[in-house]
Amino acid sequence: MAFTFKDKVSLTFWDHQEISSGPYRSRYNLRSLWKQTVMISILIVLIPLIGLTCFDYTITEEAYESEIMLRTSRFVSNIRRTIAFFLSERSFALNFIIQDNTYEELSEAKRLSYILNNLKQSLGGFTDLGVIDQTGKQHTYVGPYAFKDLYYKDAAWFKQVVHQGNYISDVFKGYRNAPHLVVAIKKELPNGGFFILRSSLDNERFNEMLSHLEISGLGDAFLVNEEGILQTPSRLFGDVLQLMPLPVPKPSVNTEVLEMKNAKTGNSLFVGYTYISDTPYILMVVMNKQEALKPWHTTRIKLISVLIATVIIILLVILIMVTYLVNNIFLADRKRAEILHHVEYSNKMASIGRMAAGVAHEINNPLAIINEKAGLIMDLFTYRDEYTKDGKLLELIKSIISSVERCAVITKRLLSFARNIDVSVFQPIRLKEFVFEVLGFLGKEAEYRSIQIDVSVAEDIDEFLSDKGKLQQIFLNLFNNSMAALYDGGRLEINAVKKNKETILITIADSGCGISEKDLKRIFEPFFTTKRNKGGTGLGLSITYNLVQELGGNISVESKVDEGTRFSILLPYKLKNGS
Amino acid sequence: MRILLVDDEKELVSTLAERLQLRGIEADWVTQPEKALKLTEEKQYDIAVLDIKMPKIGGLQLKKILQKKWPNMKFIFLTGHGSEDDYRAGSAEAGAQFYLVKPVKIESLIEKMKTVLNSNT
Repeated sequence: MAFTFKDKVSLTFWDHQEISSGPYRSRYNLRSLWKQTVMISILIVLIPLIGLTCFDYTITEEAYESEIMLRTSRFVSNIRRTIAFFLSERSFALNFIIQDNTYEELSEAKRLSYILNNLKQSLGGFTDLGVIDQTGKQHTYVGPYAFKDLYYKDAAWFKQVVHQGNYISDVFKGYRNAPHLVVAIKKELPNGGFFILRSSLDNERFNEMLSHLEISGLGDAFLVNEEGILQTPSRLFGDVLQLMPLPVPKPSVNTEVLEMKNAKTGNSLFVGYTYISDTPYILMVVMNKQEALKPWHTTRIKLISVLIATVIIILLVILIMVTYLVNNIFLADRKRAEILHHVEYSNKMASIGRMAAGVAHEINNPLAIINEKAGLIMDLFTYRDEYTKDGKLLELIKSIISSVERCAVITKRLLSFARNIDVSVFQPIRLKEFVFEVLGFLGKEAEYRSIQIDVSVAEDIDEFLSDKGKLQQIFLNLFNNSMAALYDGGRLEINAVKKNKETILITIADSGCGISEKDLKRIFEPFFTTKRNKGGTGLGLSITYNLVQELGGNISVESKVDEGTRFSILLPYKLKNGS
Repeated sequence: MRILLVDDEKELVSTLAERLQLRGIEADWVTQPEKALKLTEEKQYDIAVLDIKMPKIGGLQLKKILQKKWPNMKFIFLTGHGSEDDYRAGSAEAGAQFYLVKPVKIESLIEKMKTVLNSNT
């Protein structure tokens, strides 16, 4: 029974555990061998692979995050520099003006207007200019509003500028009711007094600077003050002067990047921030973490897909390889058992043969004596007149002699059986006689069970050459099988026809219990039996199959449950003269 | 026609001789091959019927000895073992052509004797 490649890579051995006891039992528990090998291979291969992938995953994720942090940090620093430069530039300009002009000069509205014009043209961003004396009164004012003579004495910024010397304000609405910021510089006068030059800056320029930034990951860049009030509009958190929903980050000299949660949406955010020195501003750059990590997610999907694909391929290869190997072990093991059995079977047959021959020989001698004695008695009856009339005695003698003849037939058959087993040569066979001779071994069983046996051998089948011993075993096995399958009163048909010039077809059909479709597929497999409890070894048909093969023939089977079974044997038809 | 029967089974060989004699055939019998040699010195036999399996000297060996001495003597073998079919295949080298399996029908034995006498070998 050869295995195809498909059989070898499917779990063929799984359901073939029937050789679990007896002299031919398998030396391996193939199921557990298969399971263990698969488990060990999977562990050895997959653990390092998955471990390595997890390691790589973590490293790559960290690398991505730190890359984003670094980029954000650099980005924040750059913007800070721009904003700081913008503010200090304006601060320096005012400083220059206040140093370059006397209080009197600056108090002149015309002069101040001239300076404001210059500032607007050269630097831009300035809305107005005002000079405030030490009482807090705006002495001179040039700009779009009528703010002359306003008193700032109580304004917080005024106190601070008096205290610090220069000042940059938060963004606020003030008298003009529009967001703006104020830059103010104090100048000490030689008489011990001071005055302040104050300019409000249009925060549009500010907003432009931030809103034009291209930030990846749906980012947002804006300024807040230390109370968390937005100083520039934010894409995520609303317009100027609204409260930012994020906590105000802790003061830090350096640029920092943190991970925060948006309290409103629950999204994770990367927040880069920096305190802009000498100003009340905190620059914040906010990025949606999910968006920022998008490239990483793409990479991650690729990484996981490759891992899954690799794992699937490895699993497949392992399963196929292990199954292939275990099937081969299974085959080798079964082959071993088959050979072992074959040897034992041959030995057993040889022993039976020797015993049969011995018995036959031993019986033949006394049988010959009985034969001669009875013969002599009959001779005496025949040759001497005194007994001729005793018909009864003569009948008795005839009966003895016919019984002796019957015994002789049996012993001759035994001797022939033994000899056929011993010698394996092709001899001429007269099929019809041969079939009856083998049927003779079944004895009177058929008669007792009222089984009808029909033998029909086509007339055109001449004496042909085959191995008598093998053919005898084939027929004997098949006849015995049929007898076991037949119910009392059943029918056994043996039919032989010439299929073509070189082949004869012999069919042995019984009307017995039949074989189920499932069993039929495995019927010629060694060690397959449905009669294990009744002492079946599952080798009878396997041996028959092999014997037919050895004769250069072929055997097949058809069966229907409860209708019967038909074995068909194709044998080479070789004649004595070589045709 | 004078026949010498050699078989270690006395009961068999004596009865067989008697039955042949009843049919008018002159038949002597011995159970030991050595005695057979002696007997052939005294009388001339046309046919020797030998059992193949005998102690000490078997039928085939005895045939060789007798044939050397009496080239015209014919032989028939008896055996408790095997069948004619088998013997035909195996007996060529022993030189015997005529071979019967026990138990033997007396008619077939006489038939064989007639045939063997008419044969040339």
